[in-house]
Amino acid sequence: MKDNQLLKYILKRIGISIVILFFVALIIYTLMRCLPTSYIEAVALQKSMQPNSKSFEEWMEQLTKMYNMDKGIVEGYFAWLGNVFRGEFGDSWKWTMPVTEKFNNVVWVSFVMGAIALFFEVIIAIPLGVIAATKQYSKADYTISIVALAGISLPTFFFASLMKLVFAVKLGWFDLYGLVGRDYEYLSPAGQLLDKANHLVLPIIVLVVISMGSLMRHTRTNMLEVLNADYIRTARAKGLSERTVIYKHAFRNTLIPLVTILGGSLPGLFSGALITETLFSIPGIGYTSYHSMVSGDIPFSMFYLVFMAAMTLLGNLITDILYAVVDPRVRVS
Amino acid sequence: MAEQMKKDDIILEVNHLKKYFPIKGTLGSKKGAVKAVDDVSFVIKKGTTMGLVGESGCGKSTTGRTILRLIEKTDGEVIFNGQDIDKLSKKELRALRTKMQIIFQDPYSSLSPRLPIGEIIGEAVREHGLVPKDQLDDYVTKIMLSCGLQPYHKDRYPHEFSGGQRQRICIARAIALNPDFIVCDDPVSAWDVSIQAQVINLLKDLQDELGLTYLFISHDLSVVEHISDTVGVMYLGGLVETGETDDIFKNPLHPYTKALFSAIPMPDPDLKTDRIILEGSIPSPANPPSGCKFHTRCAECMEICKTQVPVEKDMGNGHMVRCHLYADK
Repeated sequence: MKDNQLLKYILKRIGISIVILFFVALIIYTLMRCLPTSYIEAVALQKSMQPNSKSFEEWMEQLTKMYNMDKGIVEGYFAWLGNVFRGEFGDSWKWTMPVTEKFNNVVWVSFVMGAIALFFEVIIAIPLGVIAATKQYSKADYTISIVALAGISLPTFFFASLMKLVFAVKLGWFDLYGLVGRDYEYLSPAGQLLDKANHLVLPIIVLVVISMGSLMRHTRTNMLEVLNADYIRTARAKGLSERTVIYKHAFRNTLIPLVTILGGSLPGLFSGALITETLFSIPGIGYTSYHSMVSGDIPFSMFYLVFMAAMTLLGNLITDILYAVVDPRVRVS
Repeated sequence: MAEQMKKDDIILEVNHLKKYFPIKGTLGSKKGAVKAVDDVSFVIKKGTTMGLVGESGCGKSTTGRTILRLIEKTDGEVIFNGQDIDKLSKKELRALRTKMQIIFQDPYSSLSPRLPIGEIIGEAVREHGLVPKDQLDDYVTKIMLSCGLQPYHKDRYPHEFSGGQRQRICIARAIALNPDFIVCDDPVSAWDVSIQAQVINLLKDLQDELGLTYLFISHDLSVVEHISDTVGVMYLGGLVETGETDDIFKNPLHPYTKALFSAIPMPDPDLKTDRIILEGSIPSPANPPSGCKFHTRCAECMEICKTQVPVEKDMGNGHMVRCHLYADK
């Protein structure tokens, strides 16, 4: 594909993405407004309980006006959208600070955790999948497959608790909870970084183990399919070394489906890991977004969910562009 | 047949080659075997073409692939240029692969979709160090030209070519390794006659030029007649008749060969042909009939055919047939 064509293609895709985002945001907004948990109701109830206070109905009326929730859904949505175009996502109700600031505060720890976990997932799962496929039905294959299945099947909360029991309680290598240790304030900058890293070890291990199984299975299945292809037989008939056959001829063709999976994991980096973050009390985006959602914090949830939708669309776009890079057949059409 | 040739004329000798594919039942228990190739022996002289014909599923392709050790054989021996290829180590086998090549039936699926043509053709040449590095590009160009491809095709990918061109790429890829022997595994069955003719003529020209030996596997009898010096007819994993092409086509002896050849369409519409229509379908190679494997469909079946396996009989000029009809002659 020529650069010009590629640029046109990307612009077209971005155009379509904007239309999709508009409707996705509308759906999310409608759903948020229809949620049975209302933040305003909760606050009004709390305030009306206080002595010598106004009645619940009066508080409701006042608060609804204050939070701009007295408009209909469509009207409210366009008001939200208008603010977004001015670059304002508003203040979070629950966290009482600008939505973007709160997001910025919590997303990076999740992102770092997710990125490191994804890195290890890729460098462990893909080679294991390749080994399992090239030695199909061997002991190595069975061992890898069983470990992968165990990883897929283990519930996160159970595995995380197990890890905590062994490495934090019994062996005492890591702290049970939190992102920083008790003496964090007194450490040097380098020491602070190490302290954070130390606290992230267990959560990352948990994330890697539970996610790597499916990637490994995908690699194995795709690799097996490719290894049975006619052109692999040709490569062997050429008298190429087994190494060249597997890594140059077979693995390259396995990359195509793998790119899809990896492209799809982009939003996952920003969505955080709710269960893992909760179990380890790490104030990441997974933990924060969950609490925003259950308390009916519309501004924060709107920002978070629309951001995730945008990331998903971006992930798909990157996947499609990478397709053209890894697969010459896509380039012409 | 073997006695009539000098030993050093023979490039390939196949003796009692067998390939059984195990049929696995539940929990990996062995339930029997598909006898894809069952006791096949033949020799090919240097610089000649042997055609191998038979119905689909009779074991032609498996024979070709087993000879090249692309599939490991069950029993028997394959002697190539005086070497028993089964005794070679992995490394020696890899080196020998340049000398014995294969062209597959479906050129598209047998070309890696992610590699450009220049790389497909030149890759193994480089790996085996057949040509000095700085001359590789010129060498690939030369090979491509000799196979009717243009040098600018080098950077293109297999999906950008037509069927006939893809088969030329497969041929160029095989030729580039400077082989002595090529198994052509039904290389023309997928196209119309004009492309078939182009590919066949290319193979013939290359044979004259480079002194190649072919094992030409096909179910198209007219193509085989055109290209082969000797022909082997296979039925259900075994050779029923072998000999010089002229002998076999002018004077088929085995009832199966007769039936097969009666199916060749003649260009004259007024010509009356006595087509022999075979009854029934081909038996399962997992459970072949006793005695002569063909007896269930043979018009001239005798009692002896049902119990005894016919032995090979030389009918003169190396024309070998396995049939009880000729046992006394």
